[in-house]
Amino acid sequence: MSLLRKLTLGAVTIAALIALNQLFEHGAGDFRINPYYARILSLIGINITLAVSLNLINGLAGQFSIGHAGFMAVGGYTATYVTVYHGAPIAGLLGSRVVDPIGGSVVMLISLSVGAIAAALAGFGVGIPSLRLKGDYLAIVTLGFGEIIRVIILNVPAVGGATGFTDAIPITNFFWIFGVAVLTVVIVVNIAGSSFGRALSTIRGDEIAAEAMGISTTRYKVLAFAISAALAGVAGGLSGQLFANPLNPQNLNFVRSIEIVVMIVLGGVGSTSGAVLGATLLTILPEALRGVDQQFPGLRMVVYALLLILLMIFRPQGIMGRREFGWSWIQRPTRTRIPTVLSDVSDHRSHTGNRPVDRRSTLGESDNQ
Amino acid sequence: MDTVLQQVINGLSLGAIYALIALGYTMVYGVLRLINFAHGDVYMLGAFAGYFLATALDLDRHPSVLGTIVVTMGAMAVCAGVGIVIERFAYRPVRHHSRLASLITAIGVSLLLEYGGQVVFGASPRFFPQMIRSETYTIAGAQVTNQSLLVIAVAVVVMFGLEFVVHRTRIGKAMRATSYNLNVAKLMGINTDRVIAFTFALGSALAAVGGVMVALAIPRIDPLMGLMTGLKAFVAAVLGGIGNIPGAMIGGMLIGLMETGISATAYSTYRDAVAFAVLIVILLVRPSGILGTPVTEKV
Repeated sequence: MSLLRKLTLGAVTIAALIALNQLFEHGAGDFRINPYYARILSLIGINITLAVSLNLINGLAGQFSIGHAGFMAVGGYTATYVTVYHGAPIAGLLGSRVVDPIGGSVVMLISLSVGAIAAALAGFGVGIPSLRLKGDYLAIVTLGFGEIIRVIILNVPAVGGATGFTDAIPITNFFWIFGVAVLTVVIVVNIAGSSFGRALSTIRGDEIAAEAMGISTTRYKVLAFAISAALAGVAGGLSGQLFANPLNPQNLNFVRSIEIVVMIVLGGVGSTSGAVLGATLLTILPEALRGVDQQFPGLRMVVYALLLILLMIFRPQGIMGRREFGWSWIQRPTRTRIPTVLSDVSDHRSHTGNRPVDRRSTLGESDNQ
Repeated sequence: MDTVLQQVINGLSLGAIYALIALGYTMVYGVLRLINFAHGDVYMLGAFAGYFLATALDLDRHPSVLGTIVVTMGAMAVCAGVGIVIERFAYRPVRHHSRLASLITAIGVSLLLEYGGQVVFGASPRFFPQMIRSETYTIAGAQVTNQSLLVIAVAVVVMFGLEFVVHRTRIGKAMRATSYNLNVAKLMGINTDRVIAFTFALGSALAAVGGVMVALAIPRIDPLMGLMTGLKAFVAAVLGGIGNIPGAMIGGMLIGLMETGISATAYSTYRDAVAFAVLIVILLVRPSGILGTPVTEKV
C-alpha cells in the first residue's frame, strides 16, 4: 500500500470513529442508543483488543499464555492511577478539566500510554520464563503471574485494594475503545505479515529448527510477550475508565484470562479475524443467555460451559481455523492469508479436507499441501 | 520454638490436603498429558457427597469412626463415577484434537461443575457434620488435633497405596505403558480406553478423599471451594515434577508449609501469591519440577 493510501485510510477510519462516537455518545436527532447496548458494545471493543493481542502470543508464536488478565490489570491500574491522581494537573496545563473533551482526550492518551509501558514491562518479565518453559508449564507460570499481580493489587490501598478502584473517572468513550481495537488489529496484522511474524510462525512450528535457522527465538518471544502485554494493558486502561465499571481484582482473576483464551479458541487460534469474531460472540453470548437466567437462576453459566465443551468436541479448530476474513476470502474461501511455515499437528488434521493448493505461495510457505 | 513447631504441624496438615489432590492431578497428567482443570471441582463434589451421606447417617449427633469410613468410601464411589462420566463424555471425544482443545474442554467441565454446583447445592456455604469428635493433643508445646493427624496419615497411606498400584499391579503396568506411548500400548493389546477411564476413576476417588478430609478439618463447604485449592494442588503437582507420585507429595507439603509460614508473618495477605511465586522460582531452576526427569529435546 502506498503511503498516500495508508494516510487516506487512517484519516477515513478516524473520521468514522469520531462520527460513530458522536452517534453513540450524544445520539443523532431523535436517535439514542440504549445504554445497555452501548455498554455491551464497549465491552466488545475492549474484548477485541484483548483477544487480538493474546492471539499474537498464543496464535502466532504458539506460546501458550493464560495470564492475560494480569497484563490487563497492570495496564488498567497504572492508567487509571495516572488519571485519578495526575489527571487534573495534566488537564489543568491545557486550561481544561478531565471531564472536558480536550482535557479528557489528552489525559486518556497519556494514561493509556503509561499503562501500555507498565504492562509491556510486565510482559517482558513474563516473557523471560518462556525462554525455558514450554506448553503446559509456561501456561501455568503465566497463570501464576496473573494471580501474583492480582494479589499485589489487593494489597495496595491507593488503588482501592479488595474493594476495587472506585475513584476511577469514567472518561473512556467509543472513540478510544474502537480506535484502540482498530489499532490493535492493524498492529497484529502487520506483525503477522512481516518478517517478525514469519519468525514467530517458525517458532510455533518448531523452536529448535527456528533456532538452527538463525532466528533469535529469545528476542522474538520476549518481544511478542511485551507487545501483546502492552496492548492488553491499554485494554485494561480502557475498561478501568469505562462508565461505572471500576477496576476490581475479583474481575481480573484467572477466570478472566481463560475467558480471553476461549475467545481466541472459539474464533480459531492464529486467526486475527477469528479473534475479533470470538471476542464479539463471547461478549454477546453471556448477555443473550440472561433470559435463561431469569427463568432458572444460575443456569446461564451452565449453558455457557456446556456450549464450550460441545464446541471443543465438534469444532476444536474454532470458527475460522487459521483462515482470515478478507476480500480474497470471499473470492477464494479456502485461502490462508498468513503464511505458516510449519504446520501444527492440529492444523493438519483440521484442514486437510477439500482445500486447494494456494498457487501464489511458494513451496514451504503454505502449510498443508 | 513452639510457634515454629506449631506452624510446621499446621503446614503439614494443609500440605497433606494439597498432596491428596495433587496425586490425582499427577496421575491424570502422567497418563494423558492433560491438565484436568475440573479435578478441583471433583474434590468439591467429594465434599458435598460426603456432606449428604454424613447428614443421611446423622453423624452429627452420633460421631463414629466407622461412619466416617463409610462416608469416605461413599464419596469416593460417587466421585469415581463422576470421573468416569467426565472422561467418557467430555475428554474422550477431544482426545485426538489439539492440546489446547482438551484444555478448554477441561475448563468447560470445571465451569460446568462449579456453576452446576451452585444451581444444585445453592451458592451459600454449608457446614459439614462433625463426624469425629475433635481432640487436641499437645506435643512438645505445639497443639495438634486428631483431625489434622488423620489427614496427614491418610495422605501418606494413599501415596504408598498409589505407588503400589502403579508399580506393582497389572493395571499399573498398563497405566505406565499408556503414559509412555499411548499408540504403542494400544498395539501391545492394552485397552487404553479402559486404562484411562480407570485412571480418572482412581484420581477422582482420591479427590473425594481430599474433599472429605478437608471438610473434617475445615467444616465449611461451598460450590466454589475447589477453585483455588485445585489450582494450588496443580501447582504442587508441577512443583514436585508432574507425573511423579512422591513429587506430588513433596510439592503439596512444600506449598502447605510455605502458605502457613507466610500466614504467620505480617505478609499474610500475600498468602495466595506465594504458591505461584515459589512455582516460578523452582521452574526457572528446574524446568521439570523437583523430582521430574528433564526431557531431552530431539532435533
